Amino acid sequence: METAELTQEEQFQARIDADVRIEPKDWMPEAYRKTLIRQISQHAHSELVGMLPEGNWITRAPSLKRKSILLAKVQDEAGHGLYLYSAAETLGASRDQMLADLHSGKAKYSSIFNYPTLSWADMGTIGWLVDGAAILNQVPLCRTSYGPYARAMVRVCKEESFHQRQGFEIMQTLCEGAPAQKQMAQEALNRWWWPTLMMFGPKDADSPNTEQSMKWRIKRFTNDELRQKFVDMMVPQAEFLGLTVPDDKLQWNETKQGYDFGDVDWAEFWDVVKGNGPCSRERLQARVQAHEDGAWVREAALAHAEKRRQRAETAAA
Amino acid sequence: MQETHTIVVPDVSAEVRQQLLAFVLQLADTSLILAHRLSEWCGHGPILEQDLAMANISLDLLGEARSYYQYAAELEGRGRTEDDLAYLRSAVEYRNPLLVEQPNGDFAHTIVRQFLYDAFHYHLLLQLQAGPDQQLAAIAEKSVKEAAYHVKWSAEWIIRLGDGTDESRRRVEAAITALWRYSGELTTPSATEQALQQAGFVPDYAAIQQQIDEHVTRVFAEATLPVPQGVFMQKGGKTGRHSEHLGYLLAELQYLQRTYPGLTW
Repeated sequence: METAELTQEEQFQARIDADVRIEPKDWMPEAYRKTLIRQISQHAHSELVGMLPEGNWITRAPSLKRKSILLAKVQDEAGHGLYLYSAAETLGASRDQMLADLHSGKAKYSSIFNYPTLSWADMGTIGWLVDGAAILNQVPLCRTSYGPYARAMVRVCKEESFHQRQGFEIMQTLCEGAPAQKQMAQEALNRWWWPTLMMFGPKDADSPNTEQSMKWRIKRFTNDELRQKFVDMMVPQAEFLGLTVPDDKLQWNETKQGYDFGDVDWAEFWDVVKGNGPCSRERLQARVQAHEDGAWVREAALAHAEKRRQRAETAAA
Repeated sequence: MQETHTIVVPDVSAEVRQQLLAFVLQLADTSLILAHRLSEWCGHGPILEQDLAMANISLDLLGEARSYYQYAAELEGRGRTEDDLAYLRSAVEYRNPLLVEQPNGDFAHTIVRQFLYDAFHYHLLLQLQAGPDQQLAAIAEKSVKEAAYHVKWSAEWIIRLGDGTDESRRRVEAAITALWRYSGELTTPSATEQALQQAGFVPDYAAIQQQIDEHVTRVFAEATLPVPQGVFMQKGGKTGRHSEHLGYLLAELQYLQRTYPGLTW
């Protein structure tokens, strides 16, 4: 029995190593399934909770065009949530259970959404930096070993790159605008820069899941590699905008052909992960309330569908 | 993003042009205010699929509002933009009917408000797309396809809620009691609309009311809901006499433009 299982696992790893996609009906190690459910549902929850900080500005967007783009963007996030919940369902997870885990605090979502959006420039900064970081995290996932996840990510990434461009465009408009607007942009960058660097997760040395996830090709770069890539990509963009990255230690390193940068405040990172972010309570509360307030609506839809089914049965009889 | 194309202004007297401007602004304000209300749901819907549906309808209405504002700006001919018209007019200058500014309430209130409006909107657009004003006809032709989906969506929810559980029925009945009294204003012509009806630019509202009645009666019957009779109808929005809700809505909508006048965003 043990030999057979080992062989199955070896065969599985051989497929992964050959970059053959794993599909829902294929055999997979239980730990692989669990890791994927955790990662995909976390990602889905992040899309769902991520609607809130930007949703906070839809009613205050400064022009009809901006309002329309922002609403479409937040709506895309709801759509991403749907694809991702569906991808997780192919692994045997139910949406109800995943939502229950989110609402109980058992499941996590990206900590970045536990920060408040205080000015219109936050809409620019979130698009530019947060979606920029998300793209770096997510593009490799288009080649991730699990088929449904990889395919969902292809769709997600296409839309994310549009989101990032609109964010940068908001920043550019602010930076080319009045002094008050440029100040708004700088102030937003000051608040979002470090939390964005935290989006890549703990340092490699403190990331226990990385090695196994890399082996399974669920993950293709380490946290520190992606964080470095992000800084190297964003610093020139900040310079182009005429904004100052809030890091005294930021410096070009000729030898490594990349930037050296200061250390993230890891105490803050873990505080927010543990649920003590400035808006952690409010974000979760908003999700729980929407779910609870909507319970009677979902019940009504089910009850009506059941009545229709019964009527159709009676009619057929 | 909106396509830019030439806006055709009809060859009419200055007086009719002013009336037409007022009517187009009324259409624009109506679509914008309802879009704004629906957008307040974003991220808070009862189920993810319905969050998406409400955002979709909101986006359609926002697009329609922008087309009307752009046309209104052209009719006015004073160089104002769609954003000037949406962001720099006060509550008493807004011309939307009272129904669309009513708060979201629970999902039943949102659905009843939407269905009452959608039934009117759909039948109005059917007429406008065949009307003499080329620009309005073009906007209506595009929007009527969207409105057909909106009224299908809201009607299905009226049916689910009416013929669902005891609680959903109680809630949808409460919403009908609260909102029915605002439905009459939609087809009660203002002085401006009356003048434009004579000139042929605004369709016959009595005929539209008949179509709405048939539509509503059919949907309510399927929802096992009684159609309210003899309800006193409130009006005022179309002449700038709004409920107290509109001021707060505009304070939020116009906040940045009012705080930082004259900037580009």
